Amino acid sequence: MTLELTHFTAALLFAVFASVVFGITQRNAARDQVRYGLYCFVMFLGGVFIAGWVMWLVRR
Amino acid sequence: MANVSTAKPKLEAEKLATAQPQITRMSVLAPALGWLIPGAGHLIQRRWIRGLLLMASIVTMFLLGLAMQGRVYRPNGGDILDILGFVGDIGAGGLYIVTRAMDWGQGAIAHATADFGTKYIIVAGLLNFIAVADAYHIAIGKKP
Repeated sequence: MTLELTHFTAALLFAVFASVVFGITQRNAARDQVRYGLYCFVMFLGGVFIAGWVMWLVRR
Repeated sequence: MANVSTAKPKLEAEKLATAQPQITRMSVLAPALGWLIPGAGHLIQRRWIRGLLLMASIVTMFLLGLAMQGRVYRPNGGDILDILGFVGDIGAGGLYIVTRAMDWGQGAIAHATADFGTKYIIVAGLLNFIAVADAYHIAIGKKP
């Protein structure tokens, strides 16, 4: 069995898991952990969209 | 007068920063167990939610990597990227040992997603290294 994810889905799942670990390990208080995890997730996803548009522009 | 109220927490923070880590049985056991079983270093210290979230994230990421036919690196002394791949993979501890024992993670070049899978497996190991360091910091009292 081979799991075939699209590039975007793979990046999305990557962002979720990495953000959870970053949030828990890089902050002390529970509230800060949630906020930092969400911040990392948004940054990961934002990076994906920006990189996507940059590649689209380069390709043109 | 205002200085008196802020001086105490500042002093405590400085004390924490300069304090020598206390080597206890837990400060050795938690990182070792956390490396072997992702999240277990937190669970053994009764950080249930953190431990379960770390375990779910790292184990799921590793298994998704395997399901995508990602490649698991073997110990090697060749290309620098292969060596670094092995260093990342070994971070997953028990997951890596079981995968090698079962001879999984051969990597299928035929699938485009196999490369994503290889990266998932490496990053799962690297994230576990961070989780292990966090478990150690909790054990020595540097983190609540």
